[in-house]
Amino acid sequence: MSLVKQIRMVALTGNEAIAYAVKQANVDVIAAYPITPQTIIVERLSKYVADGELEAAFIQAESEHSALSICIGAALTGARTFTSTASQGLALMHEVLHIASSMRAPIVMAVANRALNSPLNIHCDHSDIMNARDTGWIHLFANNVQQAYDLTLIAFRLSEDLDVLLPTSINLDGFILTHSVEPVEVLPDEDVRNFLGENRYPYEIDFNKPLAYGVMALPDTYMEFRKQLYEVLKSAPRIYDEIAEEYAKISGRRYGKLLPYFTEDAEVIVIALGSSVETLKYVAKRLRREGLKAGVLGITMYRPFPEEELVEILSKAKVVVVMDRAYSYGGVGGPLYTDVLSTLYKNDLKITIADFIYGLGGRDFKISDAEEIFKKAFRALEKGSFDQDIYWWGVKE
Amino acid sequence: MVEVQVLREVVSSESPRDDLIRRERFPHIWCPGCGLGTVLKCYVEAIASSDIPRDKHVIVSGIGCSGRMAGYVNIDSYHVTHGRPIAFAEGMKIVRPDLEVTVISGDGDLVTIGGNHFIHAIRRNVDINVFLVNNFIYGMTGNQYGSTTPLGARSSTSPYGCPEYPFNLPLLAAALGAPFVARWTTLHVRQLAEAMKKAMKVKGFAFIEIISPCPVGFGSYNEMREGMDFIKFFLENCIVDHNADLNKVAISMRPGDPIILGNFVEREAPTYHDLEREVFRKAGWLK
Repeated sequence: MSLVKQIRMVALTGNEAIAYAVKQANVDVIAAYPITPQTIIVERLSKYVADGELEAAFIQAESEHSALSICIGAALTGARTFTSTASQGLALMHEVLHIASSMRAPIVMAVANRALNSPLNIHCDHSDIMNARDTGWIHLFANNVQQAYDLTLIAFRLSEDLDVLLPTSINLDGFILTHSVEPVEVLPDEDVRNFLGENRYPYEIDFNKPLAYGVMALPDTYMEFRKQLYEVLKSAPRIYDEIAEEYAKISGRRYGKLLPYFTEDAEVIVIALGSSVETLKYVAKRLRREGLKAGVLGITMYRPFPEEELVEILSKAKVVVVMDRAYSYGGVGGPLYTDVLSTLYKNDLKITIADFIYGLGGRDFKISDAEEIFKKAFRALEKGSFDQDIYWWGVKE
Repeated sequence: MVEVQVLREVVSSESPRDDLIRRERFPHIWCPGCGLGTVLKCYVEAIASSDIPRDKHVIVSGIGCSGRMAGYVNIDSYHVTHGRPIAFAEGMKIVRPDLEVTVISGDGDLVTIGGNHFIHAIRRNVDINVFLVNNFIYGMTGNQYGSTTPLGARSSTSPYGCPEYPFNLPLLAAALGAPFVARWTTLHVRQLAEAMKKAMKVKGFAFIEIISPCPVGFGSYNEMREGMDFIKFFLENCIVDHNADLNKVAISMRPGDPIILGNFVEREAPTYHDLEREVFRKAGWLK
């Protein structure tokens, strides 16, 4: 065996990187419906299938509702199954999202995060996935194209783990990541094959051991089913850690549930999901050079929410900023903010905190925005408070 | 000299139907050679020459290239969720039977993701007009095949040919009992505008399938890269037969296989509104 490992770098967009990972995962079934900005994932996969490079069934369904229904049917026969969608497509799937998790179908789905109507908008925000937050899926977020590739492979392994058997979504910011070309280090096919192994779905159709799915469960049994979902999502993070560790061994890239950046001694920590994490990291690095104790916390695993790790990292911070690319209308704040707030309260942590609602419908989040937000946070550090709890950042007044 | 003057008149930026078009939203988003401009023109012609007052006309569109239609017509216009314009239009018409509700949207929108609404609105015979612009593909999202893509046609998700049978839409609509079923292409401008006018007069579900060029989408995958390629194809392959056997009007888009056009069905049938009234009369509280 050679000691020098060959590294293969290719220039891929986020969509292409995911399609490539799905091909390497050697999926059996792909069912999807076209929606911007994820279309290229499915187009690439349809070409792999048509060219004979991927032996899979490709079904272009008549809607996202049908696409995910097809995926559940396929997954429950033991097929490795993939779909992808965005925005309204994910919203149309909503009913079926619950069915997928509660029937314990190990489906992997890419979500090219995009705003919801109305008015019509095709650009990035996280309203689509936040709408699907409580559906019992595992939700992973990529900050860049490399992560989109890596997390897709991790997702198959995690979903199909016999102690998990849950669907997983890989979220990547619409256009910002789906259409940006980045150099991506791809694994050799053989490594992916060894890492994923065969889908060992244990409940394949068997006439000798017939099972019933989705049957009626009345008040005397229903709650026990839901408790099972609660329990498995409690244990999924531990399994994720093991899988991510194994992935780190073969790829050299380690993905914690949280991705801390300069947080150890940070006085101000900004928490975010998706591509903005990269922008924030860039600014934090600059601020560090100026002697400011700035840190960034990217969240890879949003559901199940990594409470313990979050507490560990935030406990030393003095000011926390939460970046929400979605809002819980009529609620107490953005979805990520309410998660962080509850976690802090549960753990008796009183930290100065504010929620920044930003980038809805694809409004740019620039380096200058990140700088100003950090500036506001450091001012709050001096004053001991923010002047408001929720900021709608960059809105024309 | 005279010729030059005529030419100047032709290239005038004014349109005789400027009052019905939202000029401030131009230039429109449609590709060169697309048929949607012609559909828009025919629709405003039909509104102008219909006996129905302009403020009674409403247009509903879904998502996709055709979905932009509603934004360009200067009447009350609604741009709704993908696949749902027919359901939306039903809601309007049931509450406001005095309105002339027209749905103009694409094949992907109306009969693929929205197919269920299409069949049930016809079955119920709701009094709306549905002008379905069929370009055989999902244009806006990047030319994936759909439920109208001819068997064997290429698209971004069927690089070696579509493996599915397409709908035969006039047959489907007629089988469900639609009182008016027609099919025209954007080459047949006059017949199309006339059919639209007729549809507006029809009591009940009026359906027109409009075959429309898509050189940038469908055409680029199927050796019809110019708008004129489609127009020539229509010229060479279209046959007008109002009495055609609808079992035989499926479209293959293969040269030599005719595209049958015509006003295939023109009949009277009680509408949902009529039938509902009848039930209320039977119940005894409606005189």
